[in-house]
Amino acid sequence: MGLSAYLLLSAGLFALGVYGLVTRKNAVGVLASVELMANAVNLNLVAFSRFIGGHVGQVFALFAIALTVAEVVVGLALVIILYRARGDVRLELMSELKG
Amino acid sequence: MLAQVAFGIVALALLGSASRVVTARNLVHTVLWLGLTLAVTAVAYILLNANFLAAIQIILYTGGVLTLMLFGVMLTHRDEGFVAVQNPSGRFVAGGILALAVFAMLAGAILRTPSLPATPAPPVTTEALGSAFLTEHVLAFEVLSLLLLVAALGAIVLARRKDAGEEGESQGAVLPERKALPTRQPKAEALPVAARTSGGEA
Repeated sequence: MGLSAYLLLSAGLFALGVYGLVTRKNAVGVLASVELMANAVNLNLVAFSRFIGGHVGQVFALFAIALTVAEVVVGLALVIILYRARGDVRLELMSELKG
Repeated sequence: MLAQVAFGIVALALLGSASRVVTARNLVHTVLWLGLTLAVTAVAYILLNANFLAAIQIILYTGGVLTLMLFGVMLTHRDEGFVAVQNPSGRFVAGGILALAVFAMLAGAILRTPSLPATPAPPVTTEALGSAFLTEHVLAFEVLSLLLLVAALGAIVLARRKDAGEEGESQGAVLPERKALPTRQPKAEALPVAARTSGGEA
């Protein structure tokens, strides 16, 4: 399979992540959608590394994976705070920083 | 021929499980479908000759992130049976249109780009990746380890429960049933220690 097939696949994954990001109200659901989008980006990086050559794409993907893990850790801590303060994890409750 | 079949299976599994991730009503199901998506992505990495990355994907995502997210769901949805809030139906239409627009834009850009390579380059060995990490990208590598430390500490500081003597949270909106559970306090004290040791390994 050529590079374009992998790029199309990851574009589809990314679009599904966008859909989840818009439709989900629950903070954990939104976090899962963001994971999906990050995953699509990683797939892109690895596909480029495979078809164009060089190891930089895979190095980038590894960095991105580690960053996503850090993001999930902090995001879930925020979700737990939200739950403790409001008793629910709907994102529209998180309006403290709204101007 | 075999490569096409393998790619087809991977693509179907990826898109199918990802669509369940964004549509499942039960949040535990959402997280488990996300686990399947991430595992199938590891298979896609193997198809792309990135074996080391596939192993990292399984260890970090399916092992670490999935467990964390399951804990996140179960800690925050004890009373509602893990079912997500129903969204207004207008959001679905808007989300669908937006997702289709994003996909159309990306697909248009991909299909219009001339001379995308169709044959693979020589595969990258794990040895090359390792030496790249410790020579060329060593600064980014060290910054990343600092970032992981900061993220672990930050998560502990954010999620730590206040001491039993202190009254209330900053919002003052703690559920009354939460205060009536004194047995939760020692568990909350044990949590930062466990998180600190796992952060040290990272």
